[in-house]
Amino acid sequence: MKYSIFSLARAAFSGHKNWQRTWRDASPKNHYDVVIIGGGGHGLATAWFLASEYGISNVAVLEKGWIGSGNAGRNTTIIRSNYGLPGNTGFYELSMKLWERMEQDLNYNTMVSQRGVINLYHSDAQRDAYARRGNTMRINGIDAELLDLAAVKKMMPFLNFDNARFPVQGGLLQRRGGTARHDAVVWGYAHAASALGVDIIQNCEVTSFVRDANGKVTGVETSRGTIGAGKVGMAVAGSSSRVAAMAGLRLPIESHVLQAFVSEAIKPLIPNVMTFGAGHFYVSQSDKGGLVFGGDIDGYNSYAQRGNMPVMEDVCEGGMALMPMIGRVRLLRQWGGIMDMSMDGSPIIDKTPVDGLYLNAGWCYGGFKATPGSGLVFAHLLARDELHKEAARFRLDRFRRGAMIDEKGVGAQPNLH
Amino acid sequence: MRIVCPFCGERELGEFTYLGDAKPLRPAAGTSEDDVFDYVYLRDNVAGAMSEHWYHGGGCRAWLKITRNTLTHEISSVEPAAGVGARQVAK
Repeated sequence: MKYSIFSLARAAFSGHKNWQRTWRDASPKNHYDVVIIGGGGHGLATAWFLASEYGISNVAVLEKGWIGSGNAGRNTTIIRSNYGLPGNTGFYELSMKLWERMEQDLNYNTMVSQRGVINLYHSDAQRDAYARRGNTMRINGIDAELLDLAAVKKMMPFLNFDNARFPVQGGLLQRRGGTARHDAVVWGYAHAASALGVDIIQNCEVTSFVRDANGKVTGVETSRGTIGAGKVGMAVAGSSSRVAAMAGLRLPIESHVLQAFVSEAIKPLIPNVMTFGAGHFYVSQSDKGGLVFGGDIDGYNSYAQRGNMPVMEDVCEGGMALMPMIGRVRLLRQWGGIMDMSMDGSPIIDKTPVDGLYLNAGWCYGGFKATPGSGLVFAHLLARDELHKEAARFRLDRFRRGAMIDEKGVGAQPNLH
Repeated sequence: MRIVCPFCGERELGEFTYLGDAKPLRPAAGTSEDDVFDYVYLRDNVAGAMSEHWYHGGGCRAWLKITRNTLTHEISSVEPAAGVGARQVAK
């Protein structure tokens, strides 16, 4: 099924009743060249890049629930590449460039909207830190603009500029940043990967790894039978430790819950994605009009996919500090997702010490924006057995070597990243 | 989630700060690099009942050892964390 203006017109004339399924719900075969555990954005993107860039289409994506039912459907849909440390800067820009061509690549409307991401600053020190980050981005060929107060006032006149404790002084703007429709990203990759022969297998939970006499992983036992594999890739952020434990691995990761929120729909207000720099609050407005926002993780280990009141209060206070007029807007929905919080706040994409098993994990709460980049570099690793040059620092052994990529500089305390 | 502090009674979660898994113990000085790496970076990341350290900063400022299920957030026990203060409480 190829989508175009003509297919849309044809379907319109038949009352939109004849749309075909956009991807194939497959049953497992006995053996695949590559089996990817996890049918979220990263797993499906990896499968698509394997098939489209590296010519490996005998691939299965195993998902224990339905595709996109984990963090791919639970995020705040923000895309950006405003990172400051070597390793992150190049990787997230690679991902940003892939977002910019995603809809053409996948023949799927993922509603990529480059409406801009602005990080507000509230003190001289924070301005200096943002100027430094913006300069780092520009040196690396990424767009960044440091806005002063007048420019922010012009762009967002509705903010509270009379906040005596945390006055808005300006912001760091990345115009190419923005949002994408998260569910459409999952379905877009499923659509394009399925068309190239990738098997997407739902309700298929991996229960153990099959290993040969040398310990090499040669397949997986699942709730739908044994599936052989040349290589197995894990893309199960949130549950990485649990899946890795089946192979006897302990990871530098803790699972934490992050909440997100949507308000009732209001008239168009917020033109971009913006963050409050004096607390932790980020917000955009969906096309339906709801304010989509979030803040810090709850801060305690959790696999429960739901959070607690103190963080809800803290997040909403952040919103109120910027925009007191939203105080009477009602909260429509709130939910939680489970984050792979790594020990330095950056991801891990590497071979594991177990032969045949590859790891894509540790995305903390920044995995959505990384979806296409993660898929490309993980596919590269699986296909070529070597690290992609833009992901060469996301090694599993970097903690051992002291080569941390710690943007926030808080050390090995995952709940503070 | 509310925590029944052994000193203050039932209090809301916002009064408490989380440290993490209570199982890793700081290795003795002069131990191997492997042990230090394991202590600082590797975690069991338990899915189920886990013993962990919390700090009651908004109350008695005691360190607590809490057994909590990470799948459900159900708390099954709260006791003073091992230390000088805890030993005094135990008398």
